[in-house]
Amino acid sequence: MARDRTPADLVGADPGPPFEITFDGRPVTALPGQSVAAALWGAGILAWRTTRNGGRPRGAFCGIGQCYDCLATVNGEPNRRACLVPARPGDAITTQEGHGHAGLAV
Amino acid sequence: MPGSPSEPYEARERCEACEPYEACEPYEGSQQHVASAPSEPYDLAVIGAGPAGLAGAVTARTLGLSVALLDAAPRTGGQYFRHPAPGLGAARPQALHHDWAEFTALRRRFEESEAAHLAHHHVWTVTRQDDDGTWTVHALTGPDAASGTPARVRARAVLLATGAYERQLPFPGWTLPGVVGAGGAQAMLKAGLVLPGRRIVVAGSGPLLLAVASSLAAAGARVPAVVEASGYLGYARSPRALATSPHKLLEAAVHGSALLRHRTPLRTRSAVTEVHGTDRVEAVTVSRLDRAWRPVPGTGRRIACDALAVGHGLVPQIELATGLGCATRHTPDGTHALALDALQETSVPGLWAAGETGGTGGWQLARTEGELAAIAVAARLRGLPALTRSRRARDLARRRDRMRAFADAMAAAHAPGPGWTSWLPDDTEVCRCEEVTAGGIREAAGELGARDARTVKLLTRAGMGWCQGRMCGAAVACLAASGTAQGTVPPSAERRPLAVPVPLGTLATGPEEPGTT
Amino acid sequence: MPLSNPPDVSDVSDVIVVGAGVVGAACAYYAARSGLTVTVLDRGPVAGGTTGAGEGNLLVSDKEPGPELELALLSTRLWQELARELPARIEYEAKGGLVVASDAAGMAALRKFAAAQAEAGVTAEEIPAGRLHELEPHLAPGLGGGFHYPQDAQVQPALAAAHLLRASGARVRTGEEVTAVLTGAHGEVRGVRTAAGDLHAPHVVNAAGTWGGDVARLAGAHLPVLPRRGFVLVTEPLPRVVRHKVYAADYVADVASGSAALQTSAVVEGTPAGPVLIGASRERVDFDRTLSVEALRRLAAQATALFPVLARVRAIRTYAGFRPYLPDHLPAIGPDPRVPGLLHACGHEGAGIGLAPGTGALIAAILAGREPPVSPAPFRPDRFGPA
Repeated sequence: MARDRTPADLVGADPGPPFEITFDGRPVTALPGQSVAAALWGAGILAWRTTRNGGRPRGAFCGIGQCYDCLATVNGEPNRRACLVPARPGDAITTQEGHGHAGLAV
Repeated sequence: MPGSPSEPYEARERCEACEPYEACEPYEGSQQHVASAPSEPYDLAVIGAGPAGLAGAVTARTLGLSVALLDAAPRTGGQYFRHPAPGLGAARPQALHHDWAEFTALRRRFEESEAAHLAHHHVWTVTRQDDDGTWTVHALTGPDAASGTPARVRARAVLLATGAYERQLPFPGWTLPGVVGAGGAQAMLKAGLVLPGRRIVVAGSGPLLLAVASSLAAAGARVPAVVEASGYLGYARSPRALATSPHKLLEAAVHGSALLRHRTPLRTRSAVTEVHGTDRVEAVTVSRLDRAWRPVPGTGRRIACDALAVGHGLVPQIELATGLGCATRHTPDGTHALALDALQETSVPGLWAAGETGGTGGWQLARTEGELAAIAVAARLRGLPALTRSRRARDLARRRDRMRAFADAMAAAHAPGPGWTSWLPDDTEVCRCEEVTAGGIREAAGELGARDARTVKLLTRAGMGWCQGRMCGAAVACLAASGTAQGTVPPSAERRPLAVPVPLGTLATGPEEPGTT
Repeated sequence: MPLSNPPDVSDVSDVIVVGAGVVGAACAYYAARSGLTVTVLDRGPVAGGTTGAGEGNLLVSDKEPGPELELALLSTRLWQELARELPARIEYEAKGGLVVASDAAGMAALRKFAAAQAEAGVTAEEIPAGRLHELEPHLAPGLGGGFHYPQDAQVQPALAAAHLLRASGARVRTGEEVTAVLTGAHGEVRGVRTAAGDLHAPHVVNAAGTWGGDVARLAGAHLPVLPRRGFVLVTEPLPRVVRHKVYAADYVADVASGSAALQTSAVVEGTPAGPVLIGASRERVDFDRTLSVEALRRLAAQATALFPVLARVRAIRTYAGFRPYLPDHLPAIGPDPRVPGLLHACGHEGAGIGLAPGTGALIAAILAGREPPVSPAPFRPDRFGPA
């Protein structure tokens, strides 16, 4: 049945061993070669940022590094483009709130 | 470094590789380039490793030039031939691509060409040295350029093959998670083998939609509808351009049959006019459009889905060129592309462009223009104008003209109708970065006297955020032009002097440049 | 012409202001408040020239005693009034300025400068090195001290211009370029011509900023306005990391210099919208907008020297503007004795946003025949002589 098919089936993927990253503390499985955004999509997570005025959820939109909507905090560093950054074993992804620089406020 | 500058061309022996270009000078064999001092500029810097850039780099190497190819991505291919990382072990990447074999052949030629491939190089500006006219390409390295590690590449000529990004026209709910660019869904699938949902409506306008829908369906998604704002009958207005481009028709037929196989209905003259859901997509409303793209009242129909892939054609990525003062032209679908001469040179001498930077046209046109541009660069740098009159160059130019005509016909057929803004209520966000609503933009364009996107930006912050107006620029320009008061200012190509955000610490530590501007 | 039909009443006003930047908007605003009917023309959009490229500096701190400081102090008071009258969206902030010196010698120079300013009515408070971080916690260590100028303020210049124009009630015609200045039998101004037709008024105010020399030439007058390019760097959105307008002491020397060569002295400030703005470079390169990596390098180096925390912050945008530069750094404000009915209000260099209300009030007083709030004599437009 078509609906049971996966992208991996389509291209006959035989990926390297999966590994774990975390999103807001909970484990997410990633495959070698996936971006942070792809790993999160793979786990059904579509939002990992809130906007700085409305506090609205956002995630990957353009998928090619142009829209900056997928900005995430990766291992404590804010404003990383999740659609470009490769997932690495043990990466801690956290929902970025607004500009992601609250610690700099005076 | 392979592909570094070289000994004089005159010293070379006969060359088979450039036979097609007829005018080849004596040539010194295939591994002609030895490393030279790092201070020496390359002959050619190519920016962008899609089909245009690859073809340009390969051809330039064939014609004896030293070449550096800079690209933001880790692997060649650009957007169209984006493909999974080796770690994902894809045995059949061709399942996601037409013409995969042609790409791998081009890629092999590039790898054998010994051009320097500078992957993970995000170019933020290009400058010109006052004294000798040498170009400096300023880049940041790394997967997302966040660390700010700088790289600078000098070259005697530059070929811009920076491609395009997707045009977006906002509608209520388009900022909800689960609404993604049609090209974005395609890119995430091609590179990461993931989908944004299980039931994905594909909507917008342009030939890309059919390709996206068939890829998503083939990868296991249900696609309950493809929603196209134009009528495909628009193609019939340019029968000549269509008849001479059978490849495009073939491609459309392939997508069409794939959609039939997946039982996906195509709704033309329709648009998604609302997305439902609170924190993610639950359904969309699809409405019929009149010829001006105004929704027809009472035609809204709800379709359940968990994702929406949407896009309205492509916008040429030309800020590096406009920053240098290159002239632009209006394309038939309402974007700005670089104005190029018959040999792909921009209005700024020494700066060539190929592919979507000159207007959307597909990968075969891009490859053709890349090769033609490289011939023109070699002719200029080597002082051999005859190269551009070779049979090969004339063939390329002819093919380019034919494909451009077809692309312009397609663009005209999918140009947004002037009435699309009537599906945009005042409370819908237009600028995703700065959260500026349509109402705020309309106020600026009406009461506050903004008549163009730049003034709207100054008065509302629309387009001032991280993406610098790439996502909202098209919409803001339309809303600004529809201001009520007199005195419209004609739209101009957007300027983005920093093509990529640059850490201040990186800007601060660049070498002093007394002679450059 | 007397023989032709009387002009359509919509084409007649008491004053035509050429230029819809902040100075033109202020002239329109104060002229309208004096009871005059005003038409504002611009070949581009509202705030499309130097206003839209400005940072919105309302400074007294960088001005030595003299006519410009007098105009700045008047403008400071008027901006405070305007901030109450116009919508909050003009982002007026009475944030104060902080000028810092790198060492004791620099501090001594600042002290002398501030003492002279104090006699002219400027409030300046000495901040010893040990107290700098109370005012600006992210400032680099090891600075020599500074002076706090509470009268310095900031406004979002494009919004300020647009709201001033709207509040003025003037008829605003954008996208209309003036192609001729109409004059009568005795050379007196009668109006202007645009592609859309003739507009009539006994007074024309040249508020064309950097392009003021061109408008003066249309009227047959010489005004040597030259463009002096400046770049501004704009960072990613941040919380408040910089509280004041902060700049190093050499800024004052750069402003006063007439050199054509590139000069940079960072002025660093936060904005209500989030980004930090970093100016100011100065160079005379005609109207060349090409990005100068060297100008950006120096601005970034100076800004990160003042605020090391900014080194990891990204610049997402930069833009160039062209300050209207006159050889003696003073604007041209007032009637042009060579062309009756022509007034100038341009050439404010980098201080146009700050000096706009004072300029507008001065022009309005002259038009209405009232006592001017400051003496217009130092700003005489004909002081440069013939070309």
